[in-house]
Amino acid sequence: MSSWIPAEFFVRVDHQRCRRCKRCVMNCGFGTLSFQDRVVADHKKCVACHRCATFCPEGAITIEKNPLAYKESAHWLPEYRKNIMKQAETGGMLLTGMGNDRPYFSYFDHMVLDACQVTNPSIDPLREPMELRTYLGGKPNALECEETPDGVRLKTRPAPQVKLDTPIVFGAMSYGSISLNAHRALARAAKEMGILMNTGEGGLHRDLYPYSEHIIVQVASGRFGVNQEYLNHGAVVEIKIGQGAKPGIGGHLPGEKVSQEVSETRMIPLGSDALSPAPHHDIYSIEDLAQLIYALKEATNWTKPVSVKIAAVHNVAAIASGIARAGADIIYIDGFRGGTGAAPTIIRDHVGIPIEMALAAVDDRLRREGIRNRVSLICAGGIRHAGDMAKAIALGADAVAIGTAALIAMGCHVCQKCHTGNCSWGIATQRPELVRRLDPELAAEHLCNLIRAWSLELKEILGALGVNAVESLRGSRERLRGVGLSQVDLDILGIKPAGR
Amino acid sequence: MQQDFARIPSGCAISGIMSTKGRRMNGEAVIRSIALMHERSNGLGGGFAAYGIYPEFKDHYAFHMIYHSEQSKIDTEAFLEENFIIDRSEPIPTRAVPGITDPPILWRYFLQIKPKRLIMFGRVDSPRAFVVNAVMTINNSIPGAFVASSGQNMGAFKGVGFPEDIGRFYRLDEYEAYIWTAHGRFPTNTPGWWGGAHPFCLLDWSVVHNGEISSYGINKRYLEMFGYCCELQTDTEVVAYLFDLLHRQQKMPLRLVCQALAPPFWKDIDMMPEAEKQLYTAVRQVYGSAMLNGPFSFIVASSRYMIGLNDRIKLRPMTCAVKDDLVFMASEESAIREISPHLDRVWTARAGEPIIAELEEGAAV
Repeated sequence: MSSWIPAEFFVRVDHQRCRRCKRCVMNCGFGTLSFQDRVVADHKKCVACHRCATFCPEGAITIEKNPLAYKESAHWLPEYRKNIMKQAETGGMLLTGMGNDRPYFSYFDHMVLDACQVTNPSIDPLREPMELRTYLGGKPNALECEETPDGVRLKTRPAPQVKLDTPIVFGAMSYGSISLNAHRALARAAKEMGILMNTGEGGLHRDLYPYSEHIIVQVASGRFGVNQEYLNHGAVVEIKIGQGAKPGIGGHLPGEKVSQEVSETRMIPLGSDALSPAPHHDIYSIEDLAQLIYALKEATNWTKPVSVKIAAVHNVAAIASGIARAGADIIYIDGFRGGTGAAPTIIRDHVGIPIEMALAAVDDRLRREGIRNRVSLICAGGIRHAGDMAKAIALGADAVAIGTAALIAMGCHVCQKCHTGNCSWGIATQRPELVRRLDPELAAEHLCNLIRAWSLELKEILGALGVNAVESLRGSRERLRGVGLSQVDLDILGIKPAGR
Repeated sequence: MQQDFARIPSGCAISGIMSTKGRRMNGEAVIRSIALMHERSNGLGGGFAAYGIYPEFKDHYAFHMIYHSEQSKIDTEAFLEENFIIDRSEPIPTRAVPGITDPPILWRYFLQIKPKRLIMFGRVDSPRAFVVNAVMTINNSIPGAFVASSGQNMGAFKGVGFPEDIGRFYRLDEYEAYIWTAHGRFPTNTPGWWGGAHPFCLLDWSVVHNGEISSYGINKRYLEMFGYCCELQTDTEVVAYLFDLLHRQQKMPLRLVCQALAPPFWKDIDMMPEAEKQLYTAVRQVYGSAMLNGPFSFIVASSRYMIGLNDRIKLRPMTCAVKDDLVFMASEESAIREISPHLDRVWTARAGEPIIAELEEGAAV
């Protein structure tokens, strides 16, 4: 039975301009276009990934929204009706890709940064040094030194630290959810820019072993691809407890995306769905987490910081405090805007809290308990530009993680169909003919450009703030003001309203 | 009333004189030096710190108090009586000076800690922590009371007015000290509050400061983690607390404290020999939130030291000079030449380079 669900988009081909080169037909990953004397579109299959339009040499293709796919209703919005129809037809749980796209309130958009005028001079980053270097890892509250005839000698042996040239890391995206070429690009860019990429829960392809100093290797509930060799090919080991797009549930990799190479890397059968368990079955409470943290430290000979990634949920501050006390060196908090390769739509859109609130609450709690130095905080989940990054740092983050922004730099058009494995851009797919479209070198260059651009912008912001090192912005909420926020929101964020 | 003021940025003049032999001099010279920089202040704040002024009480904690009401004095005295033996309680002597109007109640106490209280608070080994705690308690919980200084054999004299007027008001010509520091303030807004003037003091630390600490927000939150309450909303306060935390509590050598507050750039650290590189890398990793960023020059003094420090890129002026046993630091060279025209050595302090003058071994103070 053919579906009754109306097409979301129309592919308009200007047949006057079209020279019938069929490039669009070849480029569509979703089988929307075919050639029958001229280009014909099966509109229902179009996801608006814009691959055809981008690559049409004549500029003859435009994608339009179906203007009246559904009669208007302020309550029964098209998404809801489309989803009901899909479920009525299939009886299944709906899957989606990328981050929560609902119009929730954005706190980032209601915070503004300060700048210097007269009483303190701004600093010109073009002419003065401006430092973004950041070290991730647990720090002691004090350094012990002794004065010797040759100068001051350090007695404290600091815990392992990982250097970032700029306070950005790439978010966790597994090989499987994205292609090997995408992983290659991320690894190259991470090395080039002196930052880190994150394997996600899909293991590490051997081709990427040379980049191990710039890789966070993840250990998730499915333990995909985890062995001694894997752990020792990372700069940081990360225990993934949760993900902002799907707090409380495990990873989903549809069998369609489990190719030969993915199956080898993950150590799972070819073509099988890789559904990692919702909890770690060896972690039913905080003391179990502590055991795993120390087991991983042992396994890596105490040379690498151990990170714990959690989703931002209601009680995130208390959870983070527990994690810090359990021995973690880094806490990675993923807000409800965080992306995913595949997640149940209902979870992605309705579970979890905004990263701004979660970050503020965690930083506050750790400070109140006097243990903020013990851990570095990475925050993620919808960081769109250097402004969001600067605000997150001012709220207390040591670094931000970017997933979606990195994908966009590589060509992603945010069509949110990662779970189908048909990504026309060669990113969220394992189909060889699609994967080879992504040139890892070009993608790496674009990623480097993005990191470079954001770093320049962050320097500009720091200069305007009159400070020349990022640690002087970190946690400095005095430099943020809220616009249009309630007093309760301001209190949670720990900032003043504009004008005060 | 003063507790909820927004933070007020200000420009300023600072000056300091120290005899490294511990030779004591009256306040005339330092008043002349700061008066020369009259136009760097605007009459909304001036003050002095003096070391060695109470030889007859040198082991007592000298509390200089600013009271805005009789009630605040009564409440504070009740608190002090509970925790300290008050060996003397008297008004701070002043004289009428045109330009100094409406002074608050200015009182001083010479205190010894009641040993019993020390045991009760489990601070047997640290009378200084006890005093810090007492200062924080008074400043934060007794409305209208403010501890201007709390060190031994030293005191702060400050208020609203031009510094030279404040100096005469407090009769500083009648005190003898081996370290004098002075401050003239140019706030961009006026709280008209005597406690807000410099120097800012805690125990025997005193800070006079020209500039604005743009990293104040994080410095404050960092200090709060260690139990310091930055309720006064002045950047200067964080400087005193940071010295107290890093040097007194964490036993970090003074020069390194300065280098944690105004650390070398990474590009320079990367070129250091290995051991040094490790040291400074660790300092920046661990004390990033203590780094003072933004334009400043300040003079920090304690009973043994006078320390001048500039920000990392020298956005505020500071000149240093030496003449015999005297060390000078001031915002302008003229302020030094005014009181000592012929100097052995004059130099401009470099960005981030601590200038530390230390009392000679065996100097009697």
